[in-house]
Amino acid sequence: MSPPSDASSNLPATLAEIREDFLALPERERLQLLLEFANELPDLPERYASAPGMLERIEECQSPVRAFAEVDGDGVVHFFATAPAEAPTTRGFASILAQGLSGLTAQEVLDVPDDFPMSIGLTRAVSPLRIGGMNGMLTRAKRQVREQVAARS
Amino acid sequence: MPAPLDTAEKITQYAHPDRLVSTDWLAQHLGQAGIVVVESDEDVLLYETGHIPGAVKIDWHTDLNDPDTRDYIDGKGFAQLLGSKGIGRDTTIVVYGDKNNWWAAYAAWVFTLFGHEDVRLLDGGRGKWIAEGREVTTDVPAPEAVEYPVVERDDVTIRAFKEDVLAHIGNGPLVDIRSPQEYTGERLHIPDYPEEGVLRGGHIPTARNVPWATAVAEDGTYKSREQLEAIYQEGGLGLATDDEVVTYCRIGERSSHTWFALTYLLGFDKVRNYDGSWTEWGNAVRVPIVKGEEAGEAPASLN
Repeated sequence: MSPPSDASSNLPATLAEIREDFLALPERERLQLLLEFANELPDLPERYASAPGMLERIEECQSPVRAFAEVDGDGVVHFFATAPAEAPTTRGFASILAQGLSGLTAQEVLDVPDDFPMSIGLTRAVSPLRIGGMNGMLTRAKRQVREQVAARS
Repeated sequence: MPAPLDTAEKITQYAHPDRLVSTDWLAQHLGQAGIVVVESDEDVLLYETGHIPGAVKIDWHTDLNDPDTRDYIDGKGFAQLLGSKGIGRDTTIVVYGDKNNWWAAYAAWVFTLFGHEDVRLLDGGRGKWIAEGREVTTDVPAPEAVEYPVVERDDVTIRAFKEDVLAHIGNGPLVDIRSPQEYTGERLHIPDYPEEGVLRGGHIPTARNVPWATAVAEDGTYKSREQLEAIYQEGGLGLATDDEVVTYCRIGERSSHTWFALTYLLGFDKVRNYDGSWTEWGNAVRVPIVKGEEAGEAPASLN
């Protein structure tokens, strides 16, 4: 299955590489790679650990996830997230974004195609419904970046 | 030859004590011939992080759903799936999972659509097993494939479709097991967090709200029979065991948990789970809904 054409353009190198790594694997093995990402999710920096403003709790079916995209003084984005050990899929999604978005400029983050989560070959191995969680994180990250950029201009 | 029953006092109180086992029972019977433990979770990666030794994984989304039709796999697909997991028609299946067994109960419900005789839930699920410090492993078993017969799915006895629910309104109890906010229609989704995309909030007319978690004790196990009776039967919701009941939630997983409790723990004969649930009902053309705390009346147009 070829990825949607929209996702091929404007994709920063780190995200493009992550996508290639997933697509290079047979479908079943992609879960294992997602688990590796889950295990690599760094802990939340201390300064965010108790900030209530960034806690976006997901009720009911979804797992509680805390995520925040920060634009530093040089206009570089850092994406932080935490999710419980009982939610490895959510952790995996967060880790992909943490590795893929961190270090980009604000504009580069805003330009990441919205369908990136759908393009990394996980829709069948994980199910489209679950991919929705990653879409949500990306959408939120973009909104947070947009708000911070707006606040400074 | 079915595996022996759990004779723990709590379990023998239930209407069908052959449908539930305790973690103690499972620890004692783990690895015995004729028993296959199945993990079924909301989180598709959780099994890979560690599971009960010998347990096989069956994922509701990716294994039990048909990829092309919004429906479950057919008899052939089911036979192939179970056979590949080393499960025969007379195997005792013990299902467990995360989130107090939501998806485990959902899997048990799908297995029951195919009439698998001996399906049991692990009381308390994955959470209790782990909280008790019991063994988990990342070793994935490679079961020898066995022959599982092709059985036609029974979509009538324990499954309700939208048309069945329309006909049911005004004629029998409907139990909405979602959160009170979903029931009243106050909440559709969390900002920026896509859920299952529903256009309208509220509930099916005449449905009463008993959130699924009402049936669960603090340790994630089902409450005792006496406690469950007080919730669903006299003094509570007022259901009788011979009522025809339909349960629903958002996609049918949490309501499977309640379907299980009503059917096997309390002995209701005719409980159907509406798996289309609110994602279908809330979006469907020409079906009535009710907003707010009142159950509402059956619309005259349905009579």
